[in-house]
Amino acid sequence: MKLAADIKKRRQDKPVLLMTHLVLGYPSLDVNREVIRQMAENGVDCIELQIPFSEPMADGPVILQANQKALAAGLRVADCFAFAAGVIAEFPRINFLFMTYYNIVFRYGEKAFIRRAAEIGIRGFIVPDLPPEEGETYLQLSQQSGLAPIMFFTPTSSDERMRYVAGRGGGFVYCVARRGVTGQHTVMDANLENYLARCRRATDLPLALGFGISSRQDVAMLEGRADMAVIGTATIRLVDDRGPEAVGPFIAGLLGA
Amino acid sequence: MKKGYFGQWGGAFIPEVLYETFAGLNHAYEEARADASFWREYTRLMANYSCRPTPLTYAENLSKHFGGARIYIKREDLNHTGAHKLNNVMGQGLLVRRMGKKRVIAETGAGQHGVATATMAARFGLACTIYMGEEDVARQRPNVFWMEKLGATVVPVTDGSRTLKDAINAAFRDWVASMDDTHYVLGTVCGPHPFPEMVAWFQSIIGKEANGQIREQHGRLPARVYACVGGGSNAMGIFQGFLDEPGVELIGVEAGGKGLETGEHASRMVGDLASPGVAQGYKTMFLQDRDGQMLHTHSIAAGLDYVGVSPILADLGEKGRVRFEAATDREVIRALEMTMRTEGIIPALESSHAFVQAFKEAPDLAADEAVIINMSGRGDKDIFTIAHAFDDSSWKEFIIGLAAEYRSSYK
Ligand SMILES: Cc1ncc(COP(=O)(O)O)c(C=O)c1O
Repeated sequence: MKLAADIKKRRQDKPVLLMTHLVLGYPSLDVNREVIRQMAENGVDCIELQIPFSEPMADGPVILQANQKALAAGLRVADCFAFAAGVIAEFPRINFLFMTYYNIVFRYGEKAFIRRAAEIGIRGFIVPDLPPEEGETYLQLSQQSGLAPIMFFTPTSSDERMRYVAGRGGGFVYCVARRGVTGQHTVMDANLENYLARCRRATDLPLALGFGISSRQDVAMLEGRADMAVIGTATIRLVDDRGPEAVGPFIAGLLGA
Repeated sequence: MKKGYFGQWGGAFIPEVLYETFAGLNHAYEEARADASFWREYTRLMANYSCRPTPLTYAENLSKHFGGARIYIKREDLNHTGAHKLNNVMGQGLLVRRMGKKRVIAETGAGQHGVATATMAARFGLACTIYMGEEDVARQRPNVFWMEKLGATVVPVTDGSRTLKDAINAAFRDWVASMDDTHYVLGTVCGPHPFPEMVAWFQSIIGKEANGQIREQHGRLPARVYACVGGGSNAMGIFQGFLDEPGVELIGVEAGGKGLETGEHASRMVGDLASPGVAQGYKTMFLQDRDGQMLHTHSIAAGLDYVGVSPILADLGEKGRVRFEAATDREVIRALEMTMRTEGIIPALESSHAFVQAFKEAPDLAADEAVIINMSGRGDKDIFTIAHAFDDSSWKEFIIGLAAEYRSSYK
């Protein structure tokens, strides 16, 4: 089943889905695997595996440092593919996506990258520095391989821009809650509600809302307004502070379990 | 061809949140470019505020010494704030006024672009934040002092290699949050469209002047034009005056650092360390590993110590219109010393790279031929770096003495 259809199906049983994120190789691939297990066992639907890049322009300090430390420890793109193949086989209920910057895809070769990702069972890509205007080949190859190229809506996007962007993407749309980089908290207010309503009108694709979500309250507020909550920096901080074992209870708490 | 592309290089690889900001910037830039009164306003401002046109100096002693071509020096060191950087900054400042923004941000490597931006912000009444790699803050302390005195906030960047590329990332991180009232004054002919083209346009004032000046002084066009290449703005500035003259050879000189064979350099267009990539919003030749992770770079000149190069120059290099060479740190010090002693002119360490290559080639040219060296900036503002590079003992004693004095009065 394609990613968008899978998300819609899961939504029939759940008021809001969860997508979590981790930086591969930070603090280590072994810890990554344990974190993924805790996420999978506690009801996460999608996981973004971020392939580290030395210039993560759209990321805030926490994810930026995680990228740098993973690279300093010697992590290669080939290690990321091998690791992803392993966890995809081990946790078949999770939709895994690759998140990275375009240079990683470009250096690997767009065709080879997308083909290899499809072979190991990756469901989609999130590439924040590749706007649709620059990504024609990538978009075409992804769609051909049945992978979802995830597009972004932002509060600065016009209605027209949203429709254009959504028409080029697949899977779901990643709605950025506010201006700025990853890792800062957002509150639900009238502006955000208006924005989500605008997003909803612009596309039939499911909507994921990200940036700074960290509590049960944040997630509950998305019910009926978006299809999926994105948890990014919060789990990285949690693993730093309290280790991978803390992730399971945290996820369960977010879902009100 | 797609907008913002030069051959296969360039583009605008920007996060979606900046889409509308770039649409607005492109609009303001295209309007200004189509409006002849904008360029008039710009050149008037540069004449009144910044000593333009800068002279083209005939370097008689150097010419005699090398015994070949007549050597001319385009004096961007005499531009206000001591380098070509102000040309770009004042142009963008006029655009900022048109767009009605209240705050500017910029990255800086050597500190030269930061000082220029802080100067423009002071003159135009704008708030100003400068991002500077922590390593560069340490290397270029006097420039930090001036930026702060000019009213700017200087933010040391502690991520990555703590140099220019990291300062660019940090400036983008500011911009994605602040774009409603803030303009990012990118300092060189790199980054996403329209920056390469727009910065090249402002810097073309150098080449326009130089073309007229050399015809007047030498009676005809030069055989060769030399410029150092960090991001490529001073080079593009002077080259544009001669691009349409097929008889003029254009030579870009990159940082050869400790030697191309050591890997400790910042040469993207010579040597075999660089490869095509997409980062910092554009596609060009980057110093990167197989996976696409950027490499550590080295140059004695902070302003040349950068992983990427202008997409316009990558294209001109590929097409063979610009020839690229590299000068090592050691050669740079020798050329600087020679220029000071022989002409009483103190080029910046960055600019001295262009002098190295011109000195290598001038003897082989005929006496009725001319070459122009673009002296992108002055070196006396880099006294700490240059004194350090010369390993000057009396300077060291002075610093030790001053430090002792500060320490004794410091609680
Ligand atoms: C004096 C001087 N020359 C050259 C450069 C390199 O920049 P570009 O290649 O954009 O001219 C710098 C950068 O800081 C500089 O300060």
